Amino acid sequence: MTATTTDAPKSTLARIVAAGTHQRVLAFASLVILLIGFSIASPNFMQTSNMIAILQATSVNGVLAIAVTLVIITGGIDLSVGTMMTFCAVITGVVLTYAGLPLMFGVLAAVLTGALCGACSGTFVAKMAIPPFIATLGMMLILKGLSLVISGTRPIYFNDTPGFSEISRGSLIGEVIPSLPIPNGVLILFIVAAVTAYILNRTVLGRYCFALGSNEESVRLSGVNTDRWKIAIYALAGAIVGIAGLLIASRLNSAQPALGLGYELEAIAAVVIGGTSLSGGRGSILGSLIGALIMAVLTNGLRVLSVAQEWQTVVTGAIIILAVYADMMRRNKTN
Amino acid sequence: MTNLVEMRGIEKRFPGVHALKAVQFDLRPGEVHALMGENGAGKSTLMKIMSGIYPRDGGEMFVDGKPVRPDGPRAAQDLGIGIIHQELSLMNDLTAAQNVLIGREPRRSFGRLDEPALNQKTAEIFASLNLAMDPRTQVSTQTIARQQLIEIAKALSYNPRVLIMDEPTAALNDTEINELFKVIEKLKADGVGIVYISHRMDEIKRIADRVTILRDGAYIDTVEAADTPLAKIIQLMVGREVTQNAPIIPDTSQNPIALEVRNLSRGKEVRDVSFDIRKGEILGFAGLMGAGRTEVARIIFGADPRDSGEILVAGQPTNIRTPHNAVEAGIGYLSEDRKHFGLAVDMTVRANVAMANLTQFTNKAGVLDEVAMKDTAVKYIDQLGVRTPSDMQEVRLLSGGNQQKVVIAKWLLRDCDVLIFDEPTRGIDIGAKSEIYALLEDLAAQGRAIIVISSELPEVMRLSHRIAVMCEGRLTGILPGGADTTQEQIMELATQRESALVGAEELQ
Repeated sequence: MTATTTDAPKSTLARIVAAGTHQRVLAFASLVILLIGFSIASPNFMQTSNMIAILQATSVNGVLAIAVTLVIITGGIDLSVGTMMTFCAVITGVVLTYAGLPLMFGVLAAVLTGALCGACSGTFVAKMAIPPFIATLGMMLILKGLSLVISGTRPIYFNDTPGFSEISRGSLIGEVIPSLPIPNGVLILFIVAAVTAYILNRTVLGRYCFALGSNEESVRLSGVNTDRWKIAIYALAGAIVGIAGLLIASRLNSAQPALGLGYELEAIAAVVIGGTSLSGGRGSILGSLIGALIMAVLTNGLRVLSVAQEWQTVVTGAIIILAVYADMMRRNKTN
Repeated sequence: MTNLVEMRGIEKRFPGVHALKAVQFDLRPGEVHALMGENGAGKSTLMKIMSGIYPRDGGEMFVDGKPVRPDGPRAAQDLGIGIIHQELSLMNDLTAAQNVLIGREPRRSFGRLDEPALNQKTAEIFASLNLAMDPRTQVSTQTIARQQLIEIAKALSYNPRVLIMDEPTAALNDTEINELFKVIEKLKADGVGIVYISHRMDEIKRIADRVTILRDGAYIDTVEAADTPLAKIIQLMVGREVTQNAPIIPDTSQNPIALEVRNLSRGKEVRDVSFDIRKGEILGFAGLMGAGRTEVARIIFGADPRDSGEILVAGQPTNIRTPHNAVEAGIGYLSEDRKHFGLAVDMTVRANVAMANLTQFTNKAGVLDEVAMKDTAVKYIDQLGVRTPSDMQEVRLLSGGNQQKVVIAKWLLRDCDVLIFDEPTRGIDIGAKSEIYALLEDLAAQGRAIIVISSELPEVMRLSHRIAVMCEGRLTGILPGGADTTQEQIMELATQRESALVGAEELQ
């Protein structure tokens, strides 16, 4: 309405940079610095086999981080992704090993189980107005218990399902380009990332993720059925966790019912390092992917340098605090 | 002519408050109907009922002569009723276009968004408003004024037949207000009925056709804007009987100055505010919502940084940067929002009284001395007349007035010479109010300097030895307290806009 201040149309690049991506740029720069640093420190680090090992190590945490990113952008949190992943793996074991159904049904079971669990969490949060932290803490314990009950606390092996371990460990790329045997697990990570990023930035569901995290009351007053969308977002996150369940089961060729606890914190750490705001409204899949990579590179690099594993954990913790502090500093400056 | 909207006998109660008492309101097509009243008169509540945000407890509402009961914002939108809220309710992390069309995004198959169409549609709405803004602009990068314009565009995107504007110009400069008025004229010509809430008298004369006045949740009158003098409207707004006695004003002119503020400024909220207050004096701060009174208090208390200005306590320059500094200097601030900032409501009276002074109650090992805390709490419960079964009662179980006394006890224990009370009787019933008043007068008589910020004129007039009036961040005048000062005089200063100054500052 004023003639005095006009927004000059900016280039797409300028807008992306302006849209609060500094933290992502920072995270990416840190990743590059880490890679350069470790490769100078150890000649073994940059070998193709080691790079592939890093990517393989990223795949499960990366997929979980993508799932949590969706929930965190809405202003929520999901503590149940670790044990939910295990629960999905156990259900897959039931379908494939106990019931002896074909591979396809196992894949479907994992994804649907995840979506269902997510929808439950979403319902607790949206309809019953339980804070996400509590609702998903409850889910975390429920799913851990159910995994143990259903499996009788014993691992379920997938020896009778041909091709199951190929889901994570095979390499479709390696068959085409033998010099680049990137495992399928990594391929799946990147596909999940691309699809989720598309959903987040190009669909109604994604739009409401940001809108809910930005100002939920305002979305509600605009006449949007916020409860329904919240449940849908948690369900989508659950489905992605189901994929992580498949990946880890495939890698171990078994569903390990006691596994899972602690994965949720690794995933949240990756999301935070990647610049997604825990208060909601801002965040990106690419950032979380970079965050997960940074964590894997650190662990791997420190191991190559023969640093004790205990210290690797200390370094990861320090990185999280530094990453968030850098983000706070930047935001204080812009305000 | 049938009324677009008609509301009769509307009732609304909130816990402890009878917010609307049998209020009526009607709106004709193509008119601007101003809704006037003091803070808390019930204007926003009535409009939230009209727009489906609050359910009504009683009464009838008709749209085009048909009875309706909108049960949510969506239902009201379907009836053609749109509202622009007083507080900005935008999603800061989204773009302008994403905000304007939230909930109605153009879609392709499978829930994919049609972003070009979204931006195109928004650009058209902006064009109709003569608003030069890229629809892809992120909201958080815009000034408050421009965010307000996005909000207006959002409301217009529903093609409403009824548009409620709750203080739409609060953050706009004159150029922007003129543009807005042009839009309003255009909407009028299209037959849209507009409900206009504003505190600005000059605007009412310019654009309103009729004016309805509410006071204390009750309907007072509806008048034609053209042939009703402003003075008459003000009188209808404040016409409540002042039953309380005017204060007996002690002569404090020889007392030392307790606090002096020179040229305090912070952005547009506080501009060049200077005043002083002597020991034993009660200085009232009057003004409409957003006049900058709380902001002044927060700056003095170090809760917000200041751009410029000096704060002198007992004649000594201070360097107050944080609330901790302020308390050290002997300044206490009792926030208007007791539950959020003043009290730990789930804890006991004893714990709350001692809260700000725990070091007084600890031994060298840092262990709390419960006996000393109990003695102190009991002393203040007696002294202030806090009605509580014991000092171990949880504060949330006390009434508003008694909660306020607990906050006061907490600050008395800190031995502050200057106490700033922000809305000290908000949410407190009439009986308890006079107790709080008596308490404030006692504190002043003991030689403390008391600043009272209040949106209720009778309260300011009942308490103040002098009355400072603010409008749009400026101190527009200081009136003497006592029976000679009228509500009308205060209202005049409180609505004294300095348009030229506003325009000049915002155009930078």
